[in-house]
Amino acid sequence: MILDQVIFLVTAVVVLAAAVLVVSVPKMIHAALWLILALAGVAVLFVLLQAGFFAVVQVIVYIGAIAVLVIFAVMLTRKAMVDDGPQLNRYSVMAGAVSLMMFAALSGMLLSWDGANALPANPAVHPDTIVNLGESLTNPQGFLLPFEVASILLLAALVGAIFIGREQRAGREEE
Amino acid sequence: MIPLSWYLILSAALVCIGVFGVISRRNAIAMLLGVELILNAVNINLLAFWRYKDVSSVTGQVFTIMVITAAAAEVAVGLAIFIAVYRNRRSIVAEDVAELKG
Repeated sequence: MILDQVIFLVTAVVVLAAAVLVVSVPKMIHAALWLILALAGVAVLFVLLQAGFFAVVQVIVYIGAIAVLVIFAVMLTRKAMVDDGPQLNRYSVMAGAVSLMMFAALSGMLLSWDGANALPANPAVHPDTIVNLGESLTNPQGFLLPFEVASILLLAALVGAIFIGREQRAGREEE
Repeated sequence: MIPLSWYLILSAALVCIGVFGVISRRNAIAMLLGVELILNAVNINLLAFWRYKDVSSVTGQVFTIMVITAAAAEVAVGLAIFIAVYRNRRSIVAEDVAELKG
């Protein structure tokens, strides 16, 4: 076994165990903390894929922003759901069966595909990859339009989140 | 070197765990955590295919950026909706909010 395979296997075990705990622990705050561990493991996988930029983005956006948002939401809604009550609905057995079957089908399909055992064509990623990525995001012949659409999406989501989430004092009077 | 199939199997497992969480958790925020797991599995897949099949182009990386953007927008709007629902009816259980059910 080579070193990167060992790192991959350890990270994969950590990510999968943390993901299982995210969907199964009764306390929501613990689920949010396990989600942070799973996201950090995914960042390690990005490093193994030689996509260092995305490892940094994963840490900043997912662990830094999304996980903090989720923890805030969990704390704001703490009393709504007693932590030792039932956390899974009546479909949970069926959901487990469906997801196991989905995993069996997906992995069977992947293992029967010839290209699945491929190794990277070039052993090293070109050092200018990040420069090319940045230039293609600002190039009208490249991905300028999707980039601008994504920024409009983020702006709209921000405005929408503020509008939905604020206290509606004016609307209370008609109740 | 790590074969491509290892990444694909890992992200398949991650997607299935996320789907289980989305279907079976009662807490609406826990369902959002399942969606996060699914989107992370998508990112692993996109970057693995970029690294193993198409390392000279940037398309796979641009797609990953779009997925991360959509995930951030989804979490912001989703959590705002759940907090508004909680403020109005003191409940965070997804099946309690069934006005739109036919």
